[in-house]
Amino acid sequence: MNALLKNTSLLMLCFLAATVALFGLIAPQTLSAGAMRSIAFQLPQLGILTLAMFIPVISGGLNLAVTYIANIGGLLAAALLTKVFADAGWEVGIIALLAALAVGAIIGALIGLMVAWFDAHPILVTLGAMILLKGVMEWVTRGGGISGMPEYIQFIGNGTLLGVPIVFLIFLATCAVVWFVMHYTRLGFAIYMIGSNPNAAEFSGIAVKRAFAWMYALSGALAALAGFVMLAQNNSMRIDAGKDYLLITLLACFLSGADPFGGFGKVMPLVIALFSLQLISSGMNILGANQFLTTALWGAFLVLVMVIRYLAHHTKQD
Amino acid sequence: MANRLRSIEGMLFLFTLLLIAVLSLTANNFFTLQNFFDLLNQNAVKIIFALGLLVVLVIGGIDISFAVAASVVQYATVVILMKYLDGGGWLSGMLIAMLIGTMLGMLNALLIYGFRVVSIIITIATFNLFFGLLIFLTNNGRSIYRLPDWLVERLVFIRIDDTTMLYLPVAVMLGVALITTYLLKFTGFGRQLYGYGANPEGARRAGVSGWKIHLFAYGWLGLCAGIAGMMQVTIAQEVVPKALYGWEFDVLVAVVLGGATLGGGRGSVSGTILGVLFLALLKNAMILLHFSPYAFNAISGAVILFAIMATQWQTFVRKRQGGLV
Repeated sequence: MNALLKNTSLLMLCFLAATVALFGLIAPQTLSAGAMRSIAFQLPQLGILTLAMFIPVISGGLNLAVTYIANIGGLLAAALLTKVFADAGWEVGIIALLAALAVGAIIGALIGLMVAWFDAHPILVTLGAMILLKGVMEWVTRGGGISGMPEYIQFIGNGTLLGVPIVFLIFLATCAVVWFVMHYTRLGFAIYMIGSNPNAAEFSGIAVKRAFAWMYALSGALAALAGFVMLAQNNSMRIDAGKDYLLITLLACFLSGADPFGGFGKVMPLVIALFSLQLISSGMNILGANQFLTTALWGAFLVLVMVIRYLAHHTKQD
Repeated sequence: MANRLRSIEGMLFLFTLLLIAVLSLTANNFFTLQNFFDLLNQNAVKIIFALGLLVVLVIGGIDISFAVAASVVQYATVVILMKYLDGGGWLSGMLIAMLIGTMLGMLNALLIYGFRVVSIIITIATFNLFFGLLIFLTNNGRSIYRLPDWLVERLVFIRIDDTTMLYLPVAVMLGVALITTYLLKFTGFGRQLYGYGANPEGARRAGVSGWKIHLFAYGWLGLCAGIAGMMQVTIAQEVVPKALYGWEFDVLVAVVLGGATLGGGRGSVSGTILGVLFLALLKNAMILLHFSPYAFNAISGAVILFAIMATQWQTFVRKRQGGLV
């Protein structure tokens, strides 16, 4: 039992099995091949955004701006595709993607620099960035959005490669990149050390300020990638797209064992947890649950996860 | 420390004066008593919220659920009054609102301190919980237009002439401001709140009870949210469940602008009120100078980031000189 609790990947697999069993009992249609296919299409948006949230969480912070960085990144790509280089070839798609990633990374890097140099709390800085980016979206789009993407962009969003949705392949590749960065690079090591104890990290020679800039830049770029996926799938980018994901990204991080105070949490259990949460989300949809009731249940679920974490931690010590 | 505090509010005060000067020069009838009264009438509710949030920021917490909590208070109070109390009156109405508000605030405190969870995580959760349940239980956000008579009566607090009047919410706001000032500045408990915010562990070792601090701060915010919610009903003359959605960020920007930080231990009533009024004047100025009204939120976002940098400037200077913390 103790070994099970320690291995969060195994724990998350058990949770996934429990979710599958639950929906298999109450609503078998949620486990049909068609439903699985739609999960493979829906998971990437939430999944990539959650990875963007996960990196700062490990450092003991949060990035509350992820959904609006996704908005801005997607909007920039949409503007390039439909306004600036309209009717151009597929090369523009690559330019649009790179531009979105770059703007996400720059916004992220600025956030990171502010957190590092001013010792300002990441919650406050990213909240401020969120309000600013939301405002910029309102300003530029006047509450509307941009739609009507070229066909090859829609193909990225809705097409398949050997039967697998392209967006799902993008999601898997992103998971692999984040897994590699977090567990096998110096930056990843620095992020874990900063999360455990920022002062100790600084004294042991880790370039803390540079690490902050890089980790938030990475988080911003991932958020912008999620925005690009949203754009490709919805064929449009409008203000507040994906804002309901914020709560679920936090839920996924803390459910899968990331420590809110930083330093602990792994990529593999996070990815497994994402499958469970997407299954729950799709299942509620198929069951026809009221959208607002679902929102309330996600809130209650997050509270429950935090309470269970506390109780598990405190009974272990006794 | 005291100097730095004074200088942040002092700077804000100077900027506010500057804005007033610009507005007085560019707009003919800006510098009038009527306009000043309107400014207060329009922002009284926001200031009441802000004074509640101030106390939470002082103890080093944050809360984004209070605005939807106020919507819950509005709805629940009016339903209880109409169903069981035959419309009720000022006393019963306000008591019920304050009670529900305080309970919702204390629920946050219970979860945050009882289970040692970072306050932003719990309040994001309760924000969704309150909002989702409210809209679900009110048939997708159906509004209430039939209100008790006493609640829709606009009470005038000061009357100069037919167009120059201060309404009840301003009087209530002044009352809340006075009580908050007294609590924070002139009681031992108020000093405990600042002490706990600046250094929770130090305060705990000095005998300050974390439970008391949390229950009071979040309870106080809930109480203020309840009062503000009812005052908003007297202005809007209807209860719309989604009406206050999004206010949490406007209020947060104002309080942070007023010098409070998430690190705790900082912030004042005067700074908070100035923060709200400054943003309102800024909005005024943007309209008068023909800025796009869509740009307002972007500018208030930029203002909050600048305010954070201004508040933390000393830290930045020390870091530039090679210091660690």
